[in-house]
Formats: sequence, structure tokens, C-alpha cells
Amino acid sequence: MKKTIGLILIFLLPLLVGYLMLVKEANAPSKLQQLKESRLQKEKPGADHSHFSQLQVKFKRPQDVTLACISCHNERHTEVMNTVHWRWLRDEYMEGKGIVSLGKRNILNNFCVSISGSEGSCSRCHIGYGYDSKDFDFTKEENIDCLACHDNSGKYEKEVEAAGYPKKDLDLAYISQHIGLPKKENCGSCHFEGGGGNNTKHGDLETALLTSDRDVDVHMAANGGNMECIDCHEAKNHVIKGRLYSSSSTDKNRLYCEDCHTKVPHKDNIINEHTAKVACQTCHIPTYAKVNKTKTFWDWSKATKLKNGEPYHIDDEDGNHTYLSEKGEFKWERNLEPEYVWFNGTATHHLIEDTIKEIPLVLNPLGGNYKDLKAKIYPTKIMRTIKPYDPVQKKLVSFKLWDKEKGNNSLWKDFNWGKAIDSGMKYLNLPWSGQYDFVETQSYWLTNHMVAPKEKTVKCNECHTRSNGRLENIKDLYLPGRDFNPAIDRLGIALIILTFFGVTTHSAIRIYYSNKNKGQN
Amino acid sequence: MKRVYIYKSFGRFWHWAQAFLIIFLILTGFEIHGSYTFFGFENAVHYHTNAAYAYIILIIFTIFWHFATGEWVQYVPTLTNLKKQAEYYLFGIFRNAPHPTRKTLLSKLNPLQRLVYLGLKIILIPLMVFSGLLYLLYRFPQGDKINSIKICCLSTLGYIHTIGAFLLIAFLIAHLYLITTGHTIFSNLNAMITGYEEIDDDKDEDVTIIDKEKAHEN
Repeated sequence: MKKTIGLILIFLLPLLVGYLMLVKEANAPSKLQQLKESRLQKEKPGADHSHFSQLQVKFKRPQDVTLACISCHNERHTEVMNTVHWRWLRDEYMEGKGIVSLGKRNILNNFCVSISGSEGSCSRCHIGYGYDSKDFDFTKEENIDCLACHDNSGKYEKEVEAAGYPKKDLDLAYISQHIGLPKKENCGSCHFEGGGGNNTKHGDLETALLTSDRDVDVHMAANGGNMECIDCHEAKNHVIKGRLYSSSSTDKNRLYCEDCHTKVPHKDNIINEHTAKVACQTCHIPTYAKVNKTKTFWDWSKATKLKNGEPYHIDDEDGNHTYLSEKGEFKWERNLEPEYVWFNGTATHHLIEDTIKEIPLVLNPLGGNYKDLKAKIYPTKIMRTIKPYDPVQKKLVSFKLWDKEKGNNSLWKDFNWGKAIDSGMKYLNLPWSGQYDFVETQSYWLTNHMVAPKEKTVKCNECHTRSNGRLENIKDLYLPGRDFNPAIDRLGIALIILTFFGVTTHSAIRIYYSNKNKGQN
Repeated sequence: MKRVYIYKSFGRFWHWAQAFLIIFLILTGFEIHGSYTFFGFENAVHYHTNAAYAYIILIIFTIFWHFATGEWVQYVPTLTNLKKQAEYYLFGIFRNAPHPTRKTLLSKLNPLQRLVYLGLKIILIPLMVFSGLLYLLYRFPQGDKINSIKICCLSTLGYIHTIGAFLLIAFLIAHLYLITTGHTIFSNLNAMITGYEEIDDDKDEDVTIIDKEKAHEN
């Protein structure tokens, strides 16, 4: 007996040692706690601008505010004028296309499609004044709108359809005296409202983030990190970190969760190993559009219908338009599970001069696959839009959306596709056949915000499951729990059945003979 | 008939620990495989991993035990009586014929057992251990270093591990049945629990050559 106990002890001791070696100490100081504490130390505000005489004047034009800013912050404007926020254009390398100048200025997306010819309205989200046509002078520093980003008074607002100028009756002196680092409200005034309304475009960026709780977004929630956008999206020389691949193309200046949370943030090694192929967002953003709906489908072909000669709209129960004569038919959705794609930090873009080869046409194919060492699985919103193209040239078309007046061939005022496309293509000096039809397109909007509390992350079996898993469409990797070799499984089950059949038969014969023998005896 | 102490305590401990671990590994393993849901995927993975480490530690001890005590000799394959043993299971057993191999302390295993257990020890279990370890540790220590495995072979490792698991189940079924073919239905099971088994002590002819030699040495 003593011997047995001794042996068991001898066996258990190395087990215990092994266990202690494999499992990290639970009491280790939490890195997350340290991170939270470091982030709670907010930067002190800078100089009190209300004391500056340069700002204690009655500004006639918003440009005068800019000039006042530059009079002290000299050369900052040169930084701003090199950013994408100002240029709406960026020279980037694209696989198969070389170096291309691409940005909001010339890209065709699948929301409002193009700014060309409609700059006067679209440039409400440009950090400048007076961008009302392709001839806007991007070298004139006085047209920089410093306040759009730096207003901390909460009173600054850009006018609708006014080429980026602010509302007329603003107290620009007061606003200019109350400036500081950009807050969520500043960034959000454009990035929450892109595509024509709150949460329309991204699905994970919306006004609810200003007031939401941790369940919606752990970082921005007032009862969570209460973080500002720029706490993560840090800026250097006015170039802000982080990229959106609806218009970016290269693996540069990206922002990673790992920047703060390190590469191996989990206690569980098996979870840490996932980070080789799975982006943090994939598990930590189980759903997006958690509060307000986002637009997921747009059918331009239904636009231009009129009732009694007048445009009309149909709304859903939340007040979102499901039909607009100006824009067509939409679908809005809430609490969406993202779709999942490989992504290595590169994207190509379908340019206006490119021929359509596949339908649905993917406007921003993302790079990466399982074999790509830089690629990981990312969550994304996929926007699906049916939009006009030239069926003869097999190319997308640009069209004039907006004009202040009727009769200038804008779709939104004159409701005539042919004239709107003709006007849009002439504006870009591009040929078109004169015929148009509609084509299904898709675009990827990687989901990076609305990070859930850790208790609400995606569970293992939401991917590691035989069917209907979240990663069902990612087929080029071996996923335990989902994947198996059908031949091996069939043979294996056959082997088990055969063995079972063998032993059953054998025992049956044994019983039969043993009874017979008994009978003989 | 003689009551003989045939299975020593460590041997029994090892057998039952191994039995428990293998059954537990099969249960958790096939849950990871996606065959059913019982523990929950996350739990199944943790249980499977920890049981695997426990099993590896057991194996290390057992290898040492086999060599330290000379028990490894039990697994040296022999052709003697191999055919007889097969014939016994196929025919003799039904006619109540005597076991062709006599169980002694020095030779606990019949020639078929020797062959199958040896296969288990040097092929199947190492296959499972190494495919499992490679799958588990291909990226250890963390840092994305071993790219070749990650790219080419994870599915292959998974398939090998699955094949092994099916073979183990088949073995388990056959094993559970064959232990009922002793003197009485439960005599083998009893022996593996208590260590003692009733053994014929009247004749000497059926002792295998190796055992005779071994007996002679002693």
C-alpha cells in the first residue's frame, strides 16, 4: 500500500511541476490594468487661446480664422496640405496597376458613387473652404478649415451644400478661442455621417458612440475607456494613423490593436496562437451596427421614380429611408454579424477606366490568403450596391448627382439618368457609349470599432463548428471542428462498425457453443 | 490452479491511468473533431491538451519502468504459437479448447497480444503523440516562427491524428471484448484490478521459448 501511494506521489509530482510550467501564473499583474491606468492620464489642455489678441477680433470670413492660426502656428498648414484629409488624393502602389493617384477626388465607391460634379455638396466633409469643383486650388492655405477638427466649443458646424463653408451666423471668435485636440464629435461629424447619414457607411462608426456604454464599445464608452479617437489614431505632423481600405491600397501607417495590447494579450496560449492568422477584431467585434442601423444594400436602378411629378420617400420604423426618388432603394440592418475575409494590408481598386470582368464587381479587392504570412482573417461589412455602368464599354460610369439648381442635369434635381451620366462623364472628359445599365457591386468596409467587452467576444464554437460557422466562407485553412477528411471519417466509422460487428458475431458464436456444450454435458 | 501475482502495482496503475486518459482523449478529441458537443469546444480543447500532457508524462515514466524492470521483454514479438493463437480465437475458443499460450509471470502476453501491443507502443501511440505535439506546438514559443508547418501540414497532421484516433477506438472495442476470453469472463479484468490471476500449474509444454530461456536464467 505504501508502495502504491509512493508511486502515485512520484507520478503526481512531475504532473504538478509540468502544470505550473504550462499555466501562467494567475496572479501576475494584469497588463490590461496597467494599460487602462496609463490611458486614464489625459493630456493637459494647452494654452488658453481666449487670451490671444489675434483671436479677439470679429472675423469676417472663416479664412481669416485660418490666417490667424497660421500667424502663430507657422508651417503647420504645410503639414495639413500634405494630408489625405486635405488632398482627398494619395499616390499609392497597387498590385497590377502600379502607382495610382487615388482618393475621394476620383474614386468610384458604391454609396453616392462619385464626388465629380457634386463637389459643392460633398465637400461639407472636406477640411477646407470653397471646394466646389475640380478646379479648387489645393495650394491656398487660407482655405484650410482648422476648426472642423480643432473646435472644442461644440458650436462649429459646416453648412449644407455650401462647399465646406461654415454656417453663416457662427461666432467664429468665440469658437477660435475654444480650440484644442480633436474630440470624438469633431471626427464623428464626418466619419459617423459618411454616405449621407448616421452610420450609413461604416456600420461601426456612429453618433451612438458619443453616449454608448461598454456593451457597444469598450474603448469609447463613458463608463469604459472613455477614449477619444486620437488616443488610438495618433497623429504625427497632422498625418493620422490608421487606414481605411475603401480608398487606401498599401500596408502603411496602419493602426493595430497590438500597438497597445501587445501580440500575446491572452492568458491562454491556444488563444494567443490564433493571432498568427486571426485579427483581434475577428473575435472581439461579434456584431456591429449595435445601436443604429447601417445601410447594407443600395439599388440605384430604382431611383428617379416620381409621384405626381414630385420626388418621394418611404421610411422604415426607425426613420431610415428605404426608398428615395433621388437615390433608389435601400436595405438597413442592425446588430450584424460581420463577414470575414483574408487581409494583408493591401487592396486594389476598380478605377473608372478599368473594364468590368466579373459580376458582382468587387470595387476594392483585399489582398491575402492563408499562405500569405502577412494576412489575417478580418471582419468586414460588405456593401452591396446595384449601380449604373456602360454596357457597351463594360466600364463603370460617373454621374452628376447634385446641383444647386434644376436644369443642370443633376440626378437629384432632374431625375434623368442619361443626362446625369452624360454630364458626369463630360466633366471628367471621359467617353461613354450613351447607353447605361446597372451592375451589382460589392465593397469591403473592414470592421474595427464597436469592440465588445471580453465576456461578449466570439465563442470558440462559433467558428469551430461543422456547419454555419462564422468562417464558413474561408475555405483555404484547416479549421478543427469544421474541417475533416470525409474519406478518413468514412473509413474510420466503417472500421469501428466492422470491429463491433466482429466482436458481436464472435461472442454470439461463443454463447451458442457454450450453451450447446452445456446441453451435451 | 494457482493464484499468481501477475500484474505489479505500477503496471496496473499505468494500465488504468492510460485507459482513463485514452478514453478521455477520445471523448474530448472527437468533440474537437466536430463529431458532437458535450463539454463545449473550448473546454474540450483544454481538457484534451491537459490530458495529452498528463499522458506524455505517464509515457515517460512507463518507458523508464519498462527498461528498469525488464518488462520490455514481454513485447518482443514471436512467431511461436502465433498461428495457434489466431486459430484459437477463430475456432478453438468455441470448442472450449485450452489456451495455446500459458500465462506466466514471465510471459503475460500471448503472441497476438505481443504483436498488437508492440504496434500500439511503437507505431500508433508515438504517431498520436507526435502529430498531436506538432499540432499543439507548431508556433511555440509564440512568435510566428515555424512557418513551414503552418502552411503545408496542419491539415495533414489533423488527418493523421484522426486516423490514429479511429484505430484506437477499434483497438479499444476489440480489447474490451478480448479480455472476456480468459478462464472466466472476468478473470482477466480481475487480474488487472487485483494483480492476481488463477493460472494452470500442471503442464510446462506451452511456455514459449523466450520464457523458457528467461526461466532458465533465473
